[in-house]
Formats: sequence, C-alpha cells, structure tokens
Amino acid sequence: MAPRVLDCGDGAISVEFGDRVDAAVNARVLALDAALRDIDIPGLIETVPTYRSLLVCFDPVATDINALRALIFSLSATGEHGSASARRWRVPVIYGGEFGVDLAEFAARHSMTPDEIIAAHSGAIYRVYMIGFMPGFAYLGGLDPRLETPRRLQPRLKTPAQSVSIGGAQAAVSSVEAPSGWHLLGRTPARPFMPARDPIFLFGAGDEIQFEPIAATEWDQLDAAAARGEMVASCETT
Amino acid sequence: MSDLIVESCGASTTLQDAGRFRYRRYGVSTAGAMDLHALARANALVGNAHDTAAIEFCLMGGAFRIDGGSALIAVSGPGCIARIGAREIEPGMSARMEPDDRLTVGPVRDGVYAYLAITGGFLRARDMESLSVHRRSGIGGLPLVAGDRLPMADNPDQPLRRLPPETRHTPEPIRIVLGPQNDLFTPRAIETLTTQEFKISAQVDRMGCRLEGPEIEHADGFNIVSDGIVAGHIQVPGDRQPIVLLRDSQTTGGYPKIATVISADIGRFAQSPPGSAVKFRLVTRDEAVEAAKEMREKIDALATLARPVEDQSAKDMLFAANLIGGVANAFDFEPRWLD
Repeated sequence: MAPRVLDCGDGAISVEFGDRVDAAVNARVLALDAALRDIDIPGLIETVPTYRSLLVCFDPVATDINALRALIFSLSATGEHGSASARRWRVPVIYGGEFGVDLAEFAARHSMTPDEIIAAHSGAIYRVYMIGFMPGFAYLGGLDPRLETPRRLQPRLKTPAQSVSIGGAQAAVSSVEAPSGWHLLGRTPARPFMPARDPIFLFGAGDEIQFEPIAATEWDQLDAAAARGEMVASCETT
Repeated sequence: MSDLIVESCGASTTLQDAGRFRYRRYGVSTAGAMDLHALARANALVGNAHDTAAIEFCLMGGAFRIDGGSALIAVSGPGCIARIGAREIEPGMSARMEPDDRLTVGPVRDGVYAYLAITGGFLRARDMESLSVHRRSGIGGLPLVAGDRLPMADNPDQPLRRLPPETRHTPEPIRIVLGPQNDLFTPRAIETLTTQEFKISAQVDRMGCRLEGPEIEHADGFNIVSDGIVAGHIQVPGDRQPIVLLRDSQTTGGYPKIATVISADIGRFAQSPPGSAVKFRLVTRDEAVEAAKEMREKIDALATLARPVEDQSAKDMLFAANLIGGVANAFDFEPRWLD
C-alpha cells in the first residue's frame, strides 16, 4: 500500500504509513528511513521516524520535490528494504520507593502487588518506536496490556531524568527533567542523553529494550559510572 | 583576544545561529534565530556569513562592554535603536566599539526580536554543530546573564558598512500551506483560519505562539498518534485555539496540524508582538517554494548590498546622511540602492 505524502509547509513532508501504533507500520517507516539514508539526495537535511510516519526535512530551494516524492513512492513500494539489524538494550531499573514514586499506588489501582507490576513491566521486550518530546526521550511499545493506565489527571511539573514510566498504552524512558503526567514506576542510572559522551544518545528508533530490575543499593555505583560517561546499559546486536 | 561583557540584558537573550540540524531524530529541537532575515542583516553589516551566530534579543535590549581590542558590531531588528555611549548608531549601519565604550541596545519597539552581530562571530564551542541555545534542554548553553563574557574572534580591520533601510513590514497576511492534517478539520475551520483575524496572545515564546480568535473546529476528535513537527505548523488542541509552533518547538506532537506557515513568512510572523492582529492567507505549495527562493535571494543579496561606506559614491553618501536630523529621516525617500 502506498503511503500518504502530506505537505508540512515548503520545507518538509510527512510520509504517512498509518494512523495507529502498530509495529508493522513502524517497520515500514524505519525501512524507508534506512533506504533514504543510503541515498545522497540533493537538498535533503534530515529525516525523523515517528510511530507511523517519516518526517522528511529538506531545503525547499535546493530540492526537486517531485523527484523526491517519486523516489519515496518507489522506495516504499519495494517494502522489504533490508533494515538495519536491531539493537537490544538491557537497561537496569530500580523500581519503587524514591526511584518510582507511583509504583505502590499503581499496583493498588490494578489490584496487583508491586512485585507483580515489576515482573510484568520487566518481562516484556519493548520496541523503541520513536525518540521525541525531549532529547533522547524514548517512546516504547510492547507494554503488557494489564499495565495500561490513563495519564495522571494532574501532570507533575517536574519528573526526574531517566524516569521509567507508563502513560496509556505507552511506556517510556525519559532523558532530562521535564513535566509529565505519566506514572513513574522506576528510574534507570543509564543516561539516554549525555552531551559529553560518545554516543550522545543511547537509543534509536527501531531498537529493543528489556528492563532489568536491580536493587536500590546498586544505584550509587552505577550512577557514578554513568556520570563518568559509561553506558551502564548493555547492548547487543540481534 | 577580546571579550564582549554582558552588563545587563533581558531574560530571553540568547546566542543563535541558523539552527541545529540532523538531531531532530533524537528529540533535539532545531532552535536557531527566530528571524533569519534580521540575523542575516546584522551579519552582513559586519562582513560575516549570513548564518553566523549573533546575540538574539527578545523585546528587551541590553548593555555591553568590551574587554581587549576594538570590535565592529551591528544591530538589526524592527525599531531597535542602539547607542555607543551617548551616540546613536545609525540604523542599518555597523559601528566600531573601543575598549571602555558602552553599547546599549534599546527595546525592540516595532517587533519582538533583534540581533547583535560582531565581526567574526563569537568563539564558543559548538554543541551538536550549532551555537544556538535551546533553553528547555540546555543544549547550546543557557540564556545570557549579566557578567557573562563572550570571547570574540580577533577583529580584522573591517570597514564600516551600510545597508538600505529595511522596508517596513506591511501588515500583509501570513501565508500558509494546508496540511499535514487538514482533513481532520471541517471545511468551516479552514474557511475561518483563512478569512478571520487572530490575535497573538500573551502566551508566546520561542517554542510556540498561542493565538486568540474564532474557534477552529475539528471534524472528529483531536488526538492523533504523535508525529513529526516543524516550525510553522499550526496545531489545534482541544480548546480549538490554534498554536503556531516556532523554532524551539518539540520535535513530535499529538495534536492535529491544520496548516503550516511558509518558511519565507515565519520570521515575519515571529516578529508580531503579543496583542497584535494576524491574518492568514492560503497559498499553494509551489507559491511557497517560490517565496522561499525570493527570501533566499534577498538574504544572499545582503552581502553585496552591505557595501563598505568608503566605497559609496557622493550621491549615496548624501542619501545616507541624516541631513535634517531630528525632523525626518533621509531614508524615507527610499533611494534605489539596487540600481
């Protein structure tokens, strides 16, 4: 099925493959993203994969928009572009207490124990659908449906960096201190965004994440290591 | 090496260049000058490339000194007057600052954003390939505060330059292109957006501008699965009052976007002060691209237009001179500098 190509002013288009959170739709977005990255297109500035569409930003003066559209349709038609091999992250998380202030209430709301919530949350493999909102903020799919929970009525004006949280059917790892109405279950010492480190960003769209519960006593050591620029989260290519 | 020292400035005074690109996929906003044409004017007057980082003022000006050598500086921005000591810098002209001179930049009286450029630019480390400050994330640093010292490039003996005055912004409608989610709005919503007047509310900053006016009605709900955002997008949340997203906007968002301000007009839109009225006019994508080309040519032309003062003919000098200071401005005669 051909995507819809929607105008975003004169300097960008949105190539839309669907309107839902859907792994197959996201896979097509990432395949087109990878395909465009392999080609040198005059005027192309950057692409931004999202849940369901690829934002393509270009210089309106230097770009032949009709040629770009034609290229996008032909690349989308081939479908199975060899997308890059997936990276699987193991991300340590301290759940509950001061690290996840909403865990107890969240568990009570679902008539589960905190341990059951932790088991359900860390038992899933999440897909990074996109990075957005804030630098390095990872939007995750794959949440256990039992944990789906509407956002808080009153968003907090400040939530800590590296919060591991749930909002609706989505899960996330945050990157910087920010306002949020999501439920805070835990916190990871791993820094998704760290300007002084190489790589600056840990996660990319298409990556997979598995959370690994760790004891609160491990925080100080791991946090210090992360502050020195170590990744703390481990990564393997699948 | 010499420094520019900030003596005082408004809370939203930042360093900005043309923006930060290629990091949007990691959630990093482009940031960058709110009015690229005004940035280019200040840079042209000091012999810089059009996208060299300059100090951006928001409504309020500031006061500066230099420590070390002399510097060639220029200020641009609607209705913004700068002085070195008690001497007013002629609008559209660069000026030389010596150690112990005090530069005061006045408020931006006829708009929102003004720029202070310096020959060679500021010697700061780039953050992700740009000097632009994104306040919310701290990328590129923080807004300037009193006491900050900005190292300046050594200033070769650049001549003073002069530009023809900026033609006053006529209140022409801001041009927009429909999309990407105009199909999620009623035909009446599009009619309203393109015919009615809106007011720039007090809720406006580098991230976005909330408009007040008639309601823009959605055809069916207002939650979409988040997708990409660019500067100029006009998103309409549940309260039906449109928000125009600007350079510091988040990279993705979940409200439908009815239309997008064209790139050639986004700087002019950003210069609309809170409380002012704005109208939108629908154009085709081709017209938007044509306007982008015209804007690019206009910016490119500044480099040759900003001629060293010494090179100007006697006639030019006569036009440029303020012959009847305090009564009228010679520039009001609109000399045809391009001829």
